[in-house]
Amino acid sequence: MAILPNRFGLLGVAHDCALAGCLVLVACVGYGQTKNSCLDCHAALPDPLGVTQEKFSQDIHAQKGLTCVSCHGGDAANDDPDKAMSAKAGWKGNIERRQIPQLCGSCHSDPAYIRQFNPSLRTDQLGQYHTSVHGQRLAAGDTKVAVCTDCHGVHDLRAPSDPRSTVNPVNVANTCARCHADANYMKGYSIPTDQFTKYSTSVHYQALAVRGDLSAPTCPTCHGNHGAVPPGTDKVQNVCSNCHAFQDQMYEQSSHKQAFQAASLPGCVVCHGNHGITYPTDAKLGTGPEAVCMRCHTPGDKCDQARAELLVSLTKLDQAIRNADKALALAESSGMEVSEARLAQGQAVDSLTKARVTIHSFRTDLVDQDIQAGLKIAAKDLQTGRDAMVERNRRRAGLGVSLVAIGMVLVGLRLYIKKLEG
Amino acid sequence: MTVDPLSEPAQARRRTIKVFLGSGLLASFASFIYPVLRYLIPPPVADLGGDEIVASKLSELKPNSAKIFRFGSHPGLLIMNSDGTYRALSATCTHLGCTVQYRSDLRQIWCACHNGIYDLNGRNVSGPPPRPLAVFDVHLRGDEIVVSRKREA
Amino acid sequence: MFAALRNWFDERFDWDNLIAPLRHKTVPTHRLSYWYFLGGITLFLFGIQVATGILLLLYYRPGANEAFESVQYIMTQVKFGWLIRSIHSWSANLMIFTAFAHMFSVLFLKAYRKPRELTWVSGMLLLFLVMGFGFSGYLLPWNTLAFFATKVGTEITGQVPIMGKPMMIFLRGGEEVTGATLTRFFGFHVAVLPGLATVLLLLHLLLVQRLGMSVPPKLEVQWTVNPSARREMTFFPNFLLREMMAWYLALGVLGVLAAVFPWNLGVKADPFVPAPAGIKPEWYFLFMFQTLKLIPSKVWFIDGEVLGVLAFGLVGLVWLLLPFFESDQPSHMKQWITGLAVFALAYVAGMSVYGHFAK
Repeated sequence: MAILPNRFGLLGVAHDCALAGCLVLVACVGYGQTKNSCLDCHAALPDPLGVTQEKFSQDIHAQKGLTCVSCHGGDAANDDPDKAMSAKAGWKGNIERRQIPQLCGSCHSDPAYIRQFNPSLRTDQLGQYHTSVHGQRLAAGDTKVAVCTDCHGVHDLRAPSDPRSTVNPVNVANTCARCHADANYMKGYSIPTDQFTKYSTSVHYQALAVRGDLSAPTCPTCHGNHGAVPPGTDKVQNVCSNCHAFQDQMYEQSSHKQAFQAASLPGCVVCHGNHGITYPTDAKLGTGPEAVCMRCHTPGDKCDQARAELLVSLTKLDQAIRNADKALALAESSGMEVSEARLAQGQAVDSLTKARVTIHSFRTDLVDQDIQAGLKIAAKDLQTGRDAMVERNRRRAGLGVSLVAIGMVLVGLRLYIKKLEG
Repeated sequence: MTVDPLSEPAQARRRTIKVFLGSGLLASFASFIYPVLRYLIPPPVADLGGDEIVASKLSELKPNSAKIFRFGSHPGLLIMNSDGTYRALSATCTHLGCTVQYRSDLRQIWCACHNGIYDLNGRNVSGPPPRPLAVFDVHLRGDEIVVSRKREA
Repeated sequence: MFAALRNWFDERFDWDNLIAPLRHKTVPTHRLSYWYFLGGITLFLFGIQVATGILLLLYYRPGANEAFESVQYIMTQVKFGWLIRSIHSWSANLMIFTAFAHMFSVLFLKAYRKPRELTWVSGMLLLFLVMGFGFSGYLLPWNTLAFFATKVGTEITGQVPIMGKPMMIFLRGGEEVTGATLTRFFGFHVAVLPGLATVLLLLHLLLVQRLGMSVPPKLEVQWTVNPSARREMTFFPNFLLREMMAWYLALGVLGVLAAVFPWNLGVKADPFVPAPAGIKPEWYFLFMFQTLKLIPSKVWFIDGEVLGVLAFGLVGLVWLLLPFFESDQPSHMKQWITGLAVFALAYVAGMSVYGHFAK
């Protein structure tokens, strides 16, 4: 709360002057307000102590009118360093790592204060932080763990919505990786350091970094941000279902749900993995290196048969769609117009996608419904493609007939001219 | 009948020319005229035009239900609200292009692929969709529900 | 019966006198006579364009929301619609090609010289009109390629100093290429241009009819010195029969092109989609397009594009008036005009090929 009186004091002075209508004074106070003797020296100092006006002006706090004094105390109006950074002026100096969450929380946990800037901004970050692994370890005296500034930056702290912010969805995985991917730094903690490497091969990373889909999950989506804790094995399904709702519905009615719970297996993760989730293919149902079913099931049992059946139906529809695609492409390359069937192909692909989702019920009857719907469309499209080729051949036959007629006229004309000119 | 003064071979040649020219001209004209005549007969499938389509019959939908219809080269979603009014929107999710569906329990439009939710005005209210769905105009003509592209004001 | 009908018309129209010039019309025969067919073939293709164009009008509907769909309807639903449209498109391209070939043959045979200056001028104007037909017709299916080609094409018009901007707005029916442009282009394509073309075509044919066929200058000198060397054939029926052979041949070629390579439809134009890479105009505009691309963006103090457009305008004007630079004495023909024609042919062909392969 230390900064509040200070700030209100300045505002009070400005208010008085405005009432007095004294332009000169306003100008003077205005000068006093922007005067920041800290930067005079610190702009020239080397890195840990160096802060330039340019850097600080990027900081969301600076933009909202806060200054060095707001966090560090002291008297920025005083040109004498000794006086400016004296205990008498309330100077706090370097903020200890342990104190940082508390200092940030002094404003960010105060709804009344935050409301002045952004009424919808959350104020529970500090409370959440205390529940996180980071917060608990910090309380236990471990200063290697992340505090606010480690993730959000300091002195050029940007709003998370700013694409340059270290906690913007696009950048946040890199920010986490600064510590969590550093095997040296993480020595002494019993957790792996390959999460980021794995994540960067995942379909989610592809969606976020390559396709720029900001809704794709990154570290905090599953682990939380201020209250970062792994979601726990039995709750993984809840986390995934936030986006993969239909898969969740199917999985809910599957026999795996009970079995996995009984064996304390982490739901979705059992088959899909966690950080390195790749784009699932039908091969997952197979028996090759990507296959997952047979890790638990015995070959030849009831489930293995169901697995084989599911794989066959998926492959069948996939093949049917490809065949229809090929037939349509051939028709198109011969200049036939088959855009209607092309459109219908989209629906066949939709059916296949739906069947691949329905797989999570592990019920052959449900999957078969989608497969049959898709097969019907694909068969029709294949027929359209073939009909188009038949039509093409008919056109060529028609052309042949008229070419013969044209040829006869040409010969006839030639002969006639010959006769005429004897 | 005039007597042909020409010799036999000349007569034969004349006949050849006649056959070639006569049948050739006849056949070629037929092959030009036939397609044109067929072209002139309008096909049974009436062309409704690109900006308007009959999405459904009045009797097809019950209150608080919906159906997918084809609109040009994309699917559309026609919803009958509980109060009997109609709404038509593009059915292609703005996230990854899945086909959205109407959830009568939520009274919202839902995309099964990644749990995207739109309200009945097509606005993306939760989940990954980055943009709202395009909304079409609906009007009734006899017992047909006609959907058309929104006219620019 | 035929004779009776003829008599009936003769009594009322003086038919025999009307077609008398045709009876007496002759065509010189020499080793370059083949070039005389080109004009006739172009005329024939124009006729095909009129016929297939009228047929297309039965189903085509202009308008940004309907044009593409109606062409798609013609291509898929209407019986033989694909044939009519493919012939219209192929015949258009062939016609532009034969018109260009006709122009160059007239140049090389020096058929434009006195007294045929007006024939040349009307022919050149027809060539410009034919290109206008091509440009306006290309947009009508309202597909992506056509949309952006039109955008680029009208943009170039906008480069002309002073007049350019109003001209571009006139062509586009607004600041941008929209449905309004389509409506306009449709009007140009089916009403304005055909009207102008018909008048000019009649004038062109009348002039050809009045002046007879030109003979290359060298041959003309020979034939003047030695009148017995003169070879001619009557237009009717000898030349016309040969011309008919050429027409039938053209029909066969058109049939093959239309049936084996039907003109495709492309993807419906969407003004909000970014322009696909490598947008190019139709091949007959490529040489101009490529030239404009090659001119540096600033030449001295003038804008490169402006300079290019002005240069083409000037060249076009000179080309239009070329006969007036020629001597009327067959023995004193100006060789630089032939040189210019050779250069122009090489330039147009080279630039078109370069433009086709350039990225």
